[in-house]
Amino acid sequence: MNPELLSAVTIFVLAILVGFEVISKVPSTLHTPLMSGANAIHGIVLVGTMLIAAGADNPLSQALSFVAVAFATMNVVGGYVVTDRMLQMFKRRPTAPAKPKAEG
Amino acid sequence: MDTLETIIRLVWLVGAAAFVLGLHRMNSPATARNGNLLSAGGMALAILGTVVLIVTGRAGAVSSVAWPIIGAGVVVGGGLGLFAARTVKMTAMPQLVSLFNAVGGGAAALIAIDDYLRVAGSGATLPLETTVATVLDVLIGCVTFTGSLVASGKLQGLISGKPIVIRGGRIVTGAVALIAVLGAAFLFASNVSVPVLALIIAAGLIFGVTMVLPIGGADMPVVISLLNSFTGTAVAMAGFVIDNPVLIIAGALVGASGAILTKLMADAMNRSVINIVAGGFGGGEGTTGALAGGPGGSVREIGPDDAAIQLAYASSVIIVPGYGLAVAQAQHAVRELAELLESRGVDVKYAIHPVAGRMPGHMNVLLAEANVPYPQLKEMDEVNPEFERADVALVVGANDVTNPAARSNPGSPIYGMPILDVDKAKSIIVIKRSMGRGYAGIDNELYTNPKTGMLFADAKDGLASLVAAVKAV
Repeated sequence: MNPELLSAVTIFVLAILVGFEVISKVPSTLHTPLMSGANAIHGIVLVGTMLIAAGADNPLSQALSFVAVAFATMNVVGGYVVTDRMLQMFKRRPTAPAKPKAEG
Repeated sequence: MDTLETIIRLVWLVGAAAFVLGLHRMNSPATARNGNLLSAGGMALAILGTVVLIVTGRAGAVSSVAWPIIGAGVVVGGGLGLFAARTVKMTAMPQLVSLFNAVGGGAAALIAIDDYLRVAGSGATLPLETTVATVLDVLIGCVTFTGSLVASGKLQGLISGKPIVIRGGRIVTGAVALIAVLGAAFLFASNVSVPVLALIIAAGLIFGVTMVLPIGGADMPVVISLLNSFTGTAVAMAGFVIDNPVLIIAGALVGASGAILTKLMADAMNRSVINIVAGGFGGGEGTTGALAGGPGGSVREIGPDDAAIQLAYASSVIIVPGYGLAVAQAQHAVRELAELLESRGVDVKYAIHPVAGRMPGHMNVLLAEANVPYPQLKEMDEVNPEFERADVALVVGANDVTNPAARSNPGSPIYGMPILDVDKAKSIIVIKRSMGRGYAGIDNELYTNPKTGMLFADAKDGLASLVAAVKAV
């Protein structure tokens, strides 16, 4: 195993452990936004698709990388926007919490 | 590695750190939005760094059409994603997340496919570790792509939510799995073969379909979470293929998060992930189970006026929203009723089962959308002891999560599933369209309980009639 691969595997394993620790503490009320937020994070694949698009030197490769970039951008943009929309709704109302409004 | 490339690599590291911190901030509702923005900022940095890397020629020779391709891809994909995310109704959000997950998995698979074609075209050989990463990326990415599309289609109603069992489906699943394993073994033996890779792609795409089709709609949240974890893993594998650390870190993070989330969701339904993927009940055929009390009990129907009187003169009401409320988009109607009752001095709480709605936490999102104050939403463990003191439990479109059989009847398929102790309330009102069964396909003895009044109506119409009736009290 060469040093680059060894350090890549090390990063991989440690990142998995970090993922377990960070996520196991989230309350269930936030699970759906969390799933959506994590879904947006794997949109990082956009970085990889841009790199393959940069080196695409034949029509097939160019077509594949176009589709890949479009897919990945959709994942990133859509993922973050929909997560933000969900989380926006968790804002507390500015008025006193859980108290009836003066009416009737 | 020159100075600029070192800086770019450090920027990637900052991006990866932002993902970790962002996820960490999603622990609490107060910091969650901020956390998501932090994570988005990290993403923007990582992408910007990549642009600089390509512009300055540090990512190898850049073809003349590279920027038009990237630009067009970003505009098309970004435009579609933005439009869909902005316009989707909150009730349809799980299938949209599944769709974004599908394209993410597809993109990850395409990276490895493109890389492989390039190497094969140059006549070079691949080191074993790259072949392993390529095969895993392609397989997992393809399974995620079609699997997430099917899951999304099921939730959207484009494909029947019932488990679809094709005759010989299991044989097909087994056959494609075998093809994938044999193909992988062939490539691992240091053969470079594009047709074999194509075979593996086809096997992955078919496997995704045959894996998800037989699973019932009720289990889709767990499946989507599982596939989300798969995509993360595929992205990490893509990182190994093109030797990119930020893909490895972010992919592994999501792979781990999805795995934890999947297990939590499955636990909440008292099912194992393997059980779900192998296809269990979820569809309602042949699982009537032995009912402890027998189906003999009769159902007491109640009108909106009687129900309104009970509610208006109660001192404490617990509302139990479920899937039916989400489908009828009745979250605003339920909030209106709750505010009306509060204005009469009734103490109103919402009891949220962990899997109410279509995903864990989905009900909270829907109710938050309708401006229900967050402190009124009570989680199962917190609210269960309060049912005994509640005058009325109002069940709106929830079924299996209120079924006492989960506590009392070891023969029931849902035995052992944590439920809301609705039956302990002094009286119970159930708004339900018909006596139809829930996803588990079993009878709910709560409905034949003498304390229970059934208000047969669509969740939205039923709540609207209750609001009108309470106003008239």
